[in-house]
Amino acid sequence: MTTTKNAGDIVSGYKYGWHDPEFKPVNAPRKGLDREVVTQISELKGEPQWMRDFRLRALDIFESKPMPTGFWGGNIEGYPLDFQDIYYYVKPMEGQGKTWEDVPEEIKRTFDKLGIPEAERKFLAGVGAQYDSEVVYHKIREDLEKLGVVFLDMDGGLREHEDIVKQYFGTIVPPADNKFAALNSAVWSGGSFVYVPAGVKVDIPLQAYFRINTENMGQFERTLIIAEPGSYVHYVEGCTAPTYSNDSLHSAVVEIIVKKGARVRYTTIQNWSTNVYNLVTKRAAAYQDAVMEWVDGNLGSKLTMKYPSVFLMEPGAHGEILSLAFAGPGQHQDAGGKVVHVAPNTTSTIVSKSISKGGGRTSYRGLLKVYPGAKNVKSTVRCDALLLDADSRSDTYPVMEIDEEQVTIQHEATVSKVGEEQLFYLQSRGIDETEATKMIVNGFVEPIVKELPMEYAIELNRLIELQMEGSVG
Amino acid sequence: MRSFEGSRGATKGSMSKNGAVLRIEDLHVAVDGKEIVNGLSLAVPSGEVHAIMGPNGSGKSTLANALMGHPRYQVASGRVYLKGEDITELPPQERARRGLFLAMQYPTAIPGVTMVNFLRAALKAVQGRDVPVREFRQRLQEALALLKMDESFARRYVNDGFSGGEKKRAEVLQMSILRPTMAVLDETDSGLDIDALRTVAEGINALRTPAAGEDQAPMGVLLITHYQRILNYVTPDRVHVLYKGRIVRSGGSELASELEAKGYDWITDAVDAEGDGANPSKGGDGE
Repeated sequence: MTTTKNAGDIVSGYKYGWHDPEFKPVNAPRKGLDREVVTQISELKGEPQWMRDFRLRALDIFESKPMPTGFWGGNIEGYPLDFQDIYYYVKPMEGQGKTWEDVPEEIKRTFDKLGIPEAERKFLAGVGAQYDSEVVYHKIREDLEKLGVVFLDMDGGLREHEDIVKQYFGTIVPPADNKFAALNSAVWSGGSFVYVPAGVKVDIPLQAYFRINTENMGQFERTLIIAEPGSYVHYVEGCTAPTYSNDSLHSAVVEIIVKKGARVRYTTIQNWSTNVYNLVTKRAAAYQDAVMEWVDGNLGSKLTMKYPSVFLMEPGAHGEILSLAFAGPGQHQDAGGKVVHVAPNTTSTIVSKSISKGGGRTSYRGLLKVYPGAKNVKSTVRCDALLLDADSRSDTYPVMEIDEEQVTIQHEATVSKVGEEQLFYLQSRGIDETEATKMIVNGFVEPIVKELPMEYAIELNRLIELQMEGSVG
Repeated sequence: MRSFEGSRGATKGSMSKNGAVLRIEDLHVAVDGKEIVNGLSLAVPSGEVHAIMGPNGSGKSTLANALMGHPRYQVASGRVYLKGEDITELPPQERARRGLFLAMQYPTAIPGVTMVNFLRAALKAVQGRDVPVREFRQRLQEALALLKMDESFARRYVNDGFSGGEKKRAEVLQMSILRPTMAVLDETDSGLDIDALRTVAEGINALRTPAAGEDQAPMGVLLITHYQRILNYVTPDRVHVLYKGRIVRSGGSELASELEAKGYDWITDAVDAEGDGANPSKGGDGE
């Protein structure tokens, strides 16, 4: 294996910080962002004119918008993020692998090391694997394909299902939504396009895996999921990156449409290295009796700003956001969720659990909005923060805009230190302090972990354990 | 069998032939800088039950927590010996691994951690070995049966949402699985109805003698209680009255009945009348 290890990772416990020095992109990437770069991306992809225009309009919006200084992620100003020091498009290979053998060896071995082909064989209905700017491998189980389920990379989706993409793209998260949504709209590449026909239930998860290899990389995946009436799909994404001394940027946009009686679950296990800015906009619209669930685990990155949202558009719709954040030394997890009750008789639950250690910082930022006339709305918000030491920090910024009186809203927030009494209790039963702390943390996140399929629950517990070990040394 | 060679300095005659499994010498304990236990000495021989009774604020719970090594309870002076070994400076887990157990008055909830996972981790820790699943299951089932608890109890989160009675049973359940050589029971009887009290008492009695084939000395028990009630079911070998952080009177089990009939005043008044000027704070928050 000719991958290179990073000394800092050995201390922090991050297991994915190596990079492949032999990798050579097939294009000639240059740093910086301008109209030429945006046009080149569109040309290289052979896109229709309307998409090129969409990108260029988005670029104008990006350039005209100031860095976010408002409530939603008001803290990025303090970070030295230089948009001209980033590669916006690094093309890893020509075409795309239909089998892993089609994928160039130096790229394939990265995914082997990450265990993706193995997971695909064991428990997945389909896999997409993105390396820098493009999806290098994509496959869905044949029986699902026959049922009409589409699982492609976003570029493939645009080529093969242009009418659907044109109908929905940018309607849930318009470019003008925020500066980073505009950036993604201008330079997006890769991501997933998922279409589930009416009544089709995809019983095991589809997974996308995002890997950054190049230093100073910007990864701008774009995902669109459409669940037709009565369908079900569980989409899972994972991600890692090498540890470099220079920063990388990951700025995704995810749009989901959950139609009448459909259910979509979107699970993220975010494990970027601690030099990655993770600035993501994720939003779903749920229609009559539909269910949208976000399970959002954030363990990695330098700074994450991400608030998965659900718009409950029609009666009977239900939104659920489970957010788990772990911030270690030098990390800030600014996470949370937004629920907007547009229609009456809609329900929602937000559960946020955050852990800070070694000077790490977590913030819960949440919005609960109820439109006038949205009667009989029921919503429960619960956020719990756990601090592992006195240097760490946790803040809660819940916003409620309730413009209707006939509603039932519950909100509960707790901040606790790993309690002396809890530690004493476990220690009095012979368990040492390190083990006791692990047990308390695992118990704390249990309400979220138990929602994950077993394989991911094991993975998440393992990642938390690694982070905990990093804090002991 | 283990020997109890470390009985140096003990007053002969007060020791039973078994030697003391727990010995406390002139113990002074402070909480937040305030001395609650001041000059307590006591020896519990292996296999004996010693009851500690006393009015509220006499320092009973402070004693219990200090014996287990709770960081907030500072031992100012004095020593504590377990099976002859000085454990005064040891952290709680090391005391537990040497066979000491504290059934707490207010057990803490650990949300998200199931009883079964917790018990397995605790058993592994006190035994210093991986306990085979079958052996663990058997112990767990025996303990549940002993305390008349449903098996579903093991799947619940530790003390989370437990009723007062369930918490106390869970403490004795842990004791039953961990099989300590010395147990301190801090008001394990409080909050129990009469049936639960009887069940818990039966559990304690069953654990006093080691299981057949176990190479272990009979368990010593320090039973801290406010009421005489539980002593109808667990007969104490000795009863000690704690007042103002010291033992002011000791006797046989008949002393408990006397306290039940007459209350504490006749003892505490006598102590106060002695005009013990050296006696510090009243220790009102010592519980």
